[in-house]
Amino acid sequence: MKRVYVNEEWCLGCHLCEYNCAFANSGMTDMATALKDKPIFPRIHIEGNEKISYAVSCRHCEDPMCVKSCIAGAITREDGLIHIDQSKCVGCYTCILVCPYGALATNENGVMQKCELCLQNSCGAPACVKGCPNNAIVYEERGDDND
Amino acid sequence: MIMTEHVIIGNGVAAVGCIEGIRSVDQTSPITVVSEEQYPVYGRPLISYYLEGITTFDKMNYRKPDFYESNGCRVLYGRKAEKISKDEKSVLLDDGTVLPYTSICVATGSAPFIPPIKGLETVQNKFSFMTLNDTLSLEKVLTKDSKVLIVGAGLIGLKCAEGISGRVGSITVCDLATRVLSSILDEECAALMQARLEENGIKFMLGDTATEFNGNKATMKSGATVEFDILIMAVGVRANTTLVGELGGEVNRGILVNEQMQTSLSDVYAAGDCTEGMDISLGDHRVLAILPNAYMQGHTAGVNMAGGNEVFDKAIPMNSIGFFGLHAITAGSYFGESDGGEMYEEKGNGTLKRLFTKDGVLTGFILIGQVERAGIYTSLIRERVPIDTINFDILKKNPTLFAYSQNQRRKMLGGVV
Repeated sequence: MKRVYVNEEWCLGCHLCEYNCAFANSGMTDMATALKDKPIFPRIHIEGNEKISYAVSCRHCEDPMCVKSCIAGAITREDGLIHIDQSKCVGCYTCILVCPYGALATNENGVMQKCELCLQNSCGAPACVKGCPNNAIVYEERGDDND
Repeated sequence: MIMTEHVIIGNGVAAVGCIEGIRSVDQTSPITVVSEEQYPVYGRPLISYYLEGITTFDKMNYRKPDFYESNGCRVLYGRKAEKISKDEKSVLLDDGTVLPYTSICVATGSAPFIPPIKGLETVQNKFSFMTLNDTLSLEKVLTKDSKVLIVGAGLIGLKCAEGISGRVGSITVCDLATRVLSSILDEECAALMQARLEENGIKFMLGDTATEFNGNKATMKSGATVEFDILIMAVGVRANTTLVGELGGEVNRGILVNEQMQTSLSDVYAAGDCTEGMDISLGDHRVLAILPNAYMQGHTAGVNMAGGNEVFDKAIPMNSIGFFGLHAITAGSYFGESDGGEMYEEKGNGTLKRLFTKDGVLTGFILIGQVERAGIYTSLIRERVPIDTINFDILKKNPTLFAYSQNQRRKMLGGVV
């Protein structure tokens, strides 16, 4: 399965991926209306310091702790993609408790969200990858997959 | 060829893990699930969210409607297992049915512990808060004027309080312990959570409990009296161990299981709240009655029942609990200085962080108010990551993968995990 990976050596730490993510998932057609003067709730986050930076988003683990731990059965894994049914989520934060990557956080309404590879929004492919100015974030197959 | 038959006693999340574990190895052998409750598996901790109106009856389904059918499972609803015969390898149900098994998983969960309190039988509206039926019965008697007394300030009692707070007149919670959530929080942390509950109208009588009931009146240990219309008993739970215990299987506070989820009896597995397994953060056996543990134990039991090979050797206590928007996330074990432990602490405005280390690893943490990315800490406990291989000073400030070495990070982020 194709996943989002970041090449730490090439990441500039510009945070553009966060904005592109927030916009892609906003459901709006105009970036300024979607993001200007608003707190953003991206599903990808830049970590690091002045010298080293990289983006972190859901790994779509083969053995996902979030899926096994969700008290509502709201998180599922189908064809490798880990998906949150936001209508079933009760905001208990158990997924935050268990994700080793810190890849889940709430949206502006307190409902859990995470990277779903832009497969279910109008972008259709990861917006973070498309907009990365240094091609540090890539969307590709790596390693063996069970699926 | 003798046909393989898998039997699962219980129909909670451990049973789901078991079914999915079996099917990851064996896609064809029949599975029979004995379900005392008459519902398909639901998220048990959702019952308070149901009363609060955050979820609905339909959305509480833990799996899709075709879950049992698509996994080749027969579910016997409303049936209780009475006795396992290990010589005949069969289990007798309460309606006389005898189910033969090749392997069996006991996933019977736990039951509310109701202490013998004088006059309890005189209380008309009394409830436990464990099952969907408890919840639906409780819901029927809730009115905007109800005066509710909850005995027990643990996770169950307090989630119940939050769930019904918008639907009743008043709620009083009593507990013999001097703090709320005493199983997972120390005094100071508990006080933060208690304050949030009090701000939302919940009254507390701590260090005090009901010693006698007379109709709608409780007499407390302190001598005080409390009038109520609805009584909720949430003192604690006990593992349902009888099926294994009466066969001579090893039972302590729960059914003892090893890393393969085998009990001391051959071909008898156990998983979920009825078990007592190794808590690696404590280095000792402990009942870990939490949902993620139930699923993972069930899965391991299932894989091994079907002839596969899986161990679950990363069990730790871990809880995420919130009240009225204030979240607390805790995991692992907290060792004091006298036990060779060290604590790092940070306090902010309404937030609190405590990290506990011992023998060079993180053994536990408490986060209140600021809980983002807590799983990074949880993972350090579960994986027993030596602190000297990471930058713990960075981690103390924030849970971040930046604390790992570049090589470790490359493994975590650069391939399929």
